[in-house]
Amino acid sequence: MAKTNRDVLIDPLFNNNPIALQVLGICSALAVTTKMETSLVMSAALIGVLTFSNLFVSLLRSGIPSNIRIIVQLTIIASLVIVADQILKAFVYDISKQLSVFVGLIITNCIVMGRAEAFAMQNGPMKSVLDGIGNGLGYSLILMGTALLRELFGSGTLFGKTMFPLVADGGWYLPNGLMLYSPAAFFIIGLFIWALRTWKTDQVEEE
Amino acid sequence: MLQEYFNLAIKAIFVENLALAFFLGMCSFLAVSKKVETAMGLGMAVIFVQAVTLPVNNLIYQHLLKDGALAWVHPSLANTDLTFLGFLCYIGTIAAMVQLVEMFLDKYAPGLYNALGVFLPLIAVNCAILGGSLFMVERDYNLGESVVFGVGSGIGWALAVIALASIRERLRYSNVPVGLRGLGITFMITGLMAIGFMAFGGIQL
Repeated sequence: MAKTNRDVLIDPLFNNNPIALQVLGICSALAVTTKMETSLVMSAALIGVLTFSNLFVSLLRSGIPSNIRIIVQLTIIASLVIVADQILKAFVYDISKQLSVFVGLIITNCIVMGRAEAFAMQNGPMKSVLDGIGNGLGYSLILMGTALLRELFGSGTLFGKTMFPLVADGGWYLPNGLMLYSPAAFFIIGLFIWALRTWKTDQVEEE
Repeated sequence: MLQEYFNLAIKAIFVENLALAFFLGMCSFLAVSKKVETAMGLGMAVIFVQAVTLPVNNLIYQHLLKDGALAWVHPSLANTDLTFLGFLCYIGTIAAMVQLVEMFLDKYAPGLYNALGVFLPLIAVNCAILGGSLFMVERDYNLGESVVFGVGSGIGWALAVIALASIRERLRYSNVPVGLRGLGITFMITGLMAIGFMAFGGIQL
């Protein structure tokens, strides 16, 4: 492995972003981004699950028979998600209600499965943890960016605090309702990918 | 009764389309939508697995996990609530069911088995399947409703992926800006399709 620890951690942010290049974990990225608050909690939950699943899969990697590895990985991930879900329910109950099924869906979030399979099965625990944190951060970056735009322009607030006073409350900003609907997330992530690929031209797909 | 089931099916297929209203199963949705043929194969597999796993998970939830559901085993268990084990059980069921369906098809319908090919095992990690089960629990469907919801949501997902694949096949002849090629433009198209599907939101059932 020629990659240094630093590369393992930093690469997933822009060069090998899980959402924009690896096409992993998109489902939740789109659904929870109407508000900054929910996406922050979702990102934190994902980073936690991803880091620990990478750690445990990496520790167990020589003991897992290859023909049942998917089941073993799924069991590890599902147990971690149960822990994360219980923690969220205990400490931020309102937000965990808003996230509804999407916390559970971290299990099938392809980032977790994909990194366990592609990285943690071949690398030592230390690197796998860094890879988990890096990919988690790359995911959070897109998630928070999308949520920022959607909440700011959709309801004129950030983390629930008013940024643009709404016309309805005597201010000047007329909220853009489209931003709160699901299709807006697709457009914003599409534009993110466009921007990223204009900057890093080697990521462009040839047809 | 029949009317209710019919309404639920229409709702699952169009109004609450798993792919375009809840963004479930997006990863495979974007990855396999390059060709109509493969999209069709995956769509069929999703309908099939969804129709099998949802009722099974429904039985597990109603008779094993739900608060007080274990009372039939022994009266002293009437207060046990095992719902926190849900995720583990559902994903286990899904993985096991996919395996069973695969073995069954291999033996009795080799034609279909070959047509579905590699997509069958991949379905175990498709969030549309797990999402379907979680929605079913959240909305407390009974057995009959869960069958209808399973088939309906599967058809909805298949419909969306086939439609996207057809659009992408046409797209090969258009001049897309360089940075948007591939993934970027696919996101945009899916967004436009989602707007289209929002029109069904006005249906009163």
